[in-house]
Amino acid sequence: MTKADAVAAVLVLGVTLYAWSGLADYGAGLWDLVAGGREHGRRARALIDTAVTPIWEANHVWLVFLLITCWTGFGIAFASIMTTLFIPLSLAALGIVLRGASFALRKDAARAGWRHVAGWLFGAGSILAPFSLGAALGGVASGRVPVGNAAGHEVTSWVNPTSVAVGLLAVATGAYLSAIYLVAEAKRRGVPDLEPYFRTRATWAGAAGIVIGAAALVALWFDQRSMFDRVIGRSLPLVVAGVLALAASFVLARRGVVRGLRVAGALGVAALVWSWAVAQAPYLLPFSLTIADGAGAPATLRWLLVWAGVAALTVVPLLIVLYVIDQRGHLAEDPTVGRAAEKLSP
Amino acid sequence: MTEWMAAVEPAQLLPARSQMAFTLMFHIVLVPIGVALPAMMLIANFKGLRRGDPVALRLARRWSHAAALTFAVGAVSGTVLSFEMGLLWPGLTGTYGDVFGLPFAIEGIAFFIEAILIAIYIYGWRRLQPWTHFWLGLPIPFVALVGAFSIISANSWMNTPAGFTVGADGRPENVDPMAAIFNDALPYEFAHFVLAVYMAAGFTVASIYMVGWRRGRRDRYHRLGFLIPFTVAAIATPLQLVAGDTIARWLANNQPAKFAAMEVVTTSGPDQPEIILGRYDPATNTVSGGLRIPGLNSILTGGSRDTSVPGLDAFAAGDRPSNVNVVHWAFDTMVGVGTLLLFIVLWFAIAYWRRRDIPRSRLFGWLAASAGVLTYVAVEAGWIVTEVGRQPWIVYNVERTSDAVTRSDGVWVSFVGVTLLYTALGAGTVIVLRAMSRRWRRQDEADDAVPYGPRPSPDAVAQVER
Repeated sequence: MTKADAVAAVLVLGVTLYAWSGLADYGAGLWDLVAGGREHGRRARALIDTAVTPIWEANHVWLVFLLITCWTGFGIAFASIMTTLFIPLSLAALGIVLRGASFALRKDAARAGWRHVAGWLFGAGSILAPFSLGAALGGVASGRVPVGNAAGHEVTSWVNPTSVAVGLLAVATGAYLSAIYLVAEAKRRGVPDLEPYFRTRATWAGAAGIVIGAAALVALWFDQRSMFDRVIGRSLPLVVAGVLALAASFVLARRGVVRGLRVAGALGVAALVWSWAVAQAPYLLPFSLTIADGAGAPATLRWLLVWAGVAALTVVPLLIVLYVIDQRGHLAEDPTVGRAAEKLSP
Repeated sequence: MTEWMAAVEPAQLLPARSQMAFTLMFHIVLVPIGVALPAMMLIANFKGLRRGDPVALRLARRWSHAAALTFAVGAVSGTVLSFEMGLLWPGLTGTYGDVFGLPFAIEGIAFFIEAILIAIYIYGWRRLQPWTHFWLGLPIPFVALVGAFSIISANSWMNTPAGFTVGADGRPENVDPMAAIFNDALPYEFAHFVLAVYMAAGFTVASIYMVGWRRGRRDRYHRLGFLIPFTVAAIATPLQLVAGDTIARWLANNQPAKFAAMEVVTTSGPDQPEIILGRYDPATNTVSGGLRIPGLNSILTGGSRDTSVPGLDAFAAGDRPSNVNVVHWAFDTMVGVGTLLLFIVLWFAIAYWRRRDIPRSRLFGWLAASAGVLTYVAVEAGWIVTEVGRQPWIVYNVERTSDAVTRSDGVWVSFVGVTLLYTALGAGTVIVLRAMSRRWRRQDEADDAVPYGPRPSPDAVAQVER
């Protein structure tokens, strides 16, 4: 394994971690959006808010980490992707600003009307961002990004069946993960009636994910046969493992079992991310730029790997501390300075 | 890589530069709050715990709540900037990404750690042990400085590129990322920037409490809310004067074109006047109007009127900063504001030394209440000086901005979209911060009504709100 391969593996690991955390936060935004009227959706929204508030910014940083690592390690690929896919990636940035800012502003807005608008923007951004990121990924995976400054077609590179299917798959995956996380949150925070609520939503999202996933494969078959062959060829074990793990989490969620539920869901998503990575290797841009050809200077790659090690030694333990003290219920809005939060208990 | 090469001025250049300038100038408003406010919040927290001072603790809690909001907005506007590095400047990241990208990787980790620690600090007030909570928060200002160091390192590399040679194919060779990180301009830019963010955050927070103080809310809460941040900013201000002067002299030797634009030096030579304001005409390379102080520019640069100063005539027209007037006026604004702030600080220092109190003069109150806005004007002006002054280069003397810009269509659309979005976002942030402050004032008034009663429960606070 060369240094460039190792940096590529770090990138895929970053995508995995972002899918587990950031993508699920987008899903929470979707459930917030469709929770219904102000009274009807109040408690579901309160649970989403309490669960997401202390951790979403840390979760979000994985995306920044991915962008930076990509341009430092694989500048040519980064520049080619960002310019050909200028439109969906600008839309992704738009979605990120909408959801992040309106989520932060919503809490302290004085008027209910403004909180309502902010909530709506939070939900809309939470759908736009993962869809756009997924569509961009679909454009890369289906070989629509050539090397160069906006060298590919700026519209068809992401408005095509594969890209649209992958975009929807990203939305559905986030929705599914967040629904099963919220089932566990509802249990832990002692609001048992919200457990079946999010279990139902997990079922919907899971069913949608299966349909969309199958559609994505069909689209890829018509679109880019060589990539399709790689997915169901060398990536097959990972695809099967992913589907099995997701099926297991689905069954656990249906039966109302919380133990192992989140782990199974996360493993399933990870296996699907890695099945994409394995199918696409050794290409950064299928089938025109390989990892070796697109890699930056060896000295830089070495330092990037050192920094990935530093991140593993500093960020990961701190993240664990954050998640643990959050899960023990030590983190919450400060009631002496925050607006009185919505009550969770009925 | 001929596909990166562009014609003289691609159509995307103007909207791309406008969008980058606009998003950076927006983000830079939030940076001082993210980097320097945590330090003040921890000073108040420490004071509160050490002396058992509930007023200081209340300030720390409220500042951390305000910091949480601005930190969240800064996190998203910072993400937009990292998207733009590729969306708008593929020639920079695509060609030199592996030379100057490493500091961003360091920043990524620093920001990550900061985000985690801030989340623990902000949401840990209620349940964590008070001192545990303080110690978990203590690394935040230092981690924030690591982040600022990295971003400034990348920016100073664009001013004094180092750590590579340009190969025959136009791509960098012999890349040495450490030499790129520790480039020549870094110590100057970093010192200048750190002092600037502490001044901006300090004066801004202090000015908010000064407004309340001037409206007659002369309690300990407002006094302390003014004194802690104002003292921090007051310490940074004289140091900034020294730093700024050192950098200007360094620039005269290391980025002479930028220096010539800042001081509108038209013709190289000794005995240069210091020109305040005035209008530069690029066609004739002359300055009309403005206040001229004979010989002062040479004296400031080298200590005597005989010091020769490089002028714009030393550079081909295509290599001069594209908008000399903007650079010069921004520079004069920054220096003017800095001088005024030093005056305010000296006034405060003398009054505090003699009477241990905030100066009573109405003029001081008015100046101190404006200091926050003024410092931000200086920060933005300084950013304009360094960025516009570097043009037409994106990497000084190595790569032109016009060669780095994206060839994507739709940059005008994204620029208009970003302008509308950020205007709404800025307005929303200000409205919510004001709503927060009004809510806290009502809370304090409710507290004052029952001086010996218990603190109101959150429910009671909610009652007051309705």
